[in-house]
Amino acid sequence: MSAIHCHQLCKTFKQGDEIITGLDHVDLTIETGEFVCLSGPSGSGKTTLLNAIGGLDTPDSGEIHMGDIRIDQLERGALADMRLRHIGFVFQAYNLIPVLSAQENVEFVMQVQGVSAQERARKAREILQEVGLEGMEDRRPAQLSGGQQQRVAVARAIVSHPDLVLADEPTANLDSVASAHLMGLFASLNEHHRITFVISTHDKRVMGYARRLIGMRDGKIISDETQ
Amino acid sequence: MKNVTLRMAWRNLWRHGKRTWLTVGAMIFSNTLLVFSISLQFGSYDMMINNSLQAFSGHIQLQHPRYLKQPKMRYAVPAINARAQGLREQLGMSAISARATGFALASSEERSYGLQIIGVDANHEPLVSTLPGLVKRGRYLQAEAVEEIVIGSVLARNLKVEIGDELTFIGSGFDDSFAAGVVRVVGIFESGISDLDRSMAQVNLGYFQDVFAMQGQGHSIVIRARHIEDVDPLMSSLSITTANLDNLAVRHWDELQPGLRQAIQADMTSAWFMYIVLIVLVAFSVLNTQLMSVLERTREFGTMMALGLKPARLARLIMLETGLMTGLGLIIGIGIGALLTGYLSVVGFSYPGMAEMADKFNLPDHMYPTISTLSLILGPGIVALGSLLAAIYPALRLNRLRPIEAMRAV
Ligand SMILES: Nc1ncnc2c1ncn2[C@@H]1O[C@H](COP(=O)(O)OP(=O)(O)OP(=O)(O)O)[C@@H](O)[C@H]1O
Ligand SMILES: [Mg+2]
Repeated sequence: MSAIHCHQLCKTFKQGDEIITGLDHVDLTIETGEFVCLSGPSGSGKTTLLNAIGGLDTPDSGEIHMGDIRIDQLERGALADMRLRHIGFVFQAYNLIPVLSAQENVEFVMQVQGVSAQERARKAREILQEVGLEGMEDRRPAQLSGGQQQRVAVARAIVSHPDLVLADEPTANLDSVASAHLMGLFASLNEHHRITFVISTHDKRVMGYARRLIGMRDGKIISDETQ
Repeated sequence: MKNVTLRMAWRNLWRHGKRTWLTVGAMIFSNTLLVFSISLQFGSYDMMINNSLQAFSGHIQLQHPRYLKQPKMRYAVPAINARAQGLREQLGMSAISARATGFALASSEERSYGLQIIGVDANHEPLVSTLPGLVKRGRYLQAEAVEEIVIGSVLARNLKVEIGDELTFIGSGFDDSFAAGVVRVVGIFESGISDLDRSMAQVNLGYFQDVFAMQGQGHSIVIRARHIEDVDPLMSSLSITTANLDNLAVRHWDELQPGLRQAIQADMTSAWFMYIVLIVLVAFSVLNTQLMSVLERTREFGTMMALGLKPARLARLIMLETGLMTGLGLIIGIGIGALLTGYLSVVGFSYPGMAEMADKFNLPDHMYPTISTLSLILGPGIVALGSLLAAIYPALRLNRLRPIEAMRAV
């Protein structure tokens, strides 16, 4: 289902009288299992594009297809379901639920997905182990480092094997060691679970992990290289 | 607790522990207060009913079927003494007394006033009515003595009579004959019930029957039940037996004193007005707390929505949190309320000045709240309902949330 196809996507924002271009006629196709990096200067439209693909925001015009589904035309509830079942999000600021432990943060989404309590607990433990957080299952976010929190967020995003993971500057708040660790993790998940990754970044070292690097500027795709 | 949502809801409450306790505290306070005052209210109604019925009308009366609507002399019960005696034996109760009632103009040396004159069985009357015990000067009637009268304090003042003075009365008897007598005032009662104190007088039933040409008849057989709860069973057993006791109506106190129910209802209404103010205040405090808690967590809710949770799911979380808070207030509030009220229902409760008033009017000098399942859950139940209703608005606000904007919030 994850092959993504964007056709002539446009999005503008109004700020007072000013009209700001977010996306300017973007055409893009991403195949299942790809590992894509979006790069570009600040304000170039990376977040706007990720939000559109993830169904968090609707474009002004153009089409977004995910498999056979036109997600730009789905209503709110259906979009929420699609995000819940098919897309994993990793945010720059981790965005964990502060009152829940690492284990519970991972379990929470599974509970909403309707996974049984036993299976939840097992899967959460496994995935936390896979992201290297064994023994930290019961810690609250405040008791974890930024890198560890981000790994919990990754665990939460991938635990139910989504088709697509969208990560918006996931390493922006991490030091270089933690960044490298996280990207290694992404690469291995991409390889072993065939999860499609789309990651936006400013970071040259992050781009090094990408097998396809898309450059953006002023809401347009200006380069698209497969390495 | 396997349920992650439930754990989350519970922990969310304690992110702002002080604020939560403040809201829960308001619930506890009002629940305790409601349990206490509703129980006290029920207790005071019981007391009100008992006192006003015990003063004179009794719990049940047997009368001529038309007497209630038209209290005329001719709607009388024949051989009333024998009937009362029969009932006493049949029911195994002594608190049953026969009466006859007439109207007369009473004159002292100086003045004349209209009064209601009651012929009573001096042996049994003290068992059905508190009035004999309320004689403040002189004494009550004695069974064999004739030409004696006991009158209300206001009437005595109006007529300017004292103990030992003579009083002449004239009225019309059973067969519209002329009825008149001269009696000596032996007692003056003070019941605190102005109707009785102003216009009632009592004489011996036998004397009344002579003077008013009643020929052994009377107007009512008054029964005082041991407890108010005994009234209804007594009513039904009487209805069966009086089917044999030809042509007597069994009257419940509700019919005898229709004003009492109304007074209770009026009091209930004004009390509930106060309670509702209290409940609305609690509801607003819940509204405020939950609104703040939703606003503070905008970012978190945005994240959850981005992950694929629908607003309805988040609304359920808010309702769950409110439910937990309400449950806490309910359990603790009912607990404290029950302990306090239970204690006071045993030792009684009194306020300054109550003892003097009680002494004056021959009332109990303590109030006893009546604790019951209803008095325990009625108030707190409505507080809980109000709180949950109040949380609907903050919960619905989540519908307006858009994940991207919400996640950008601080
Ligand atoms: N909600 C908004 N209101 C107004 N303008 C917006 C909004 N969101 C994005 N923009 C504008 O749209 C353009 C693209 O923004 P976007 O966030 O996609 O850039 P970006 O490539 O993610 O930048 P960064 O690297 O700084 O995150 C920018 O000019 C930005 O100011
Ligand atoms: Mg961005």
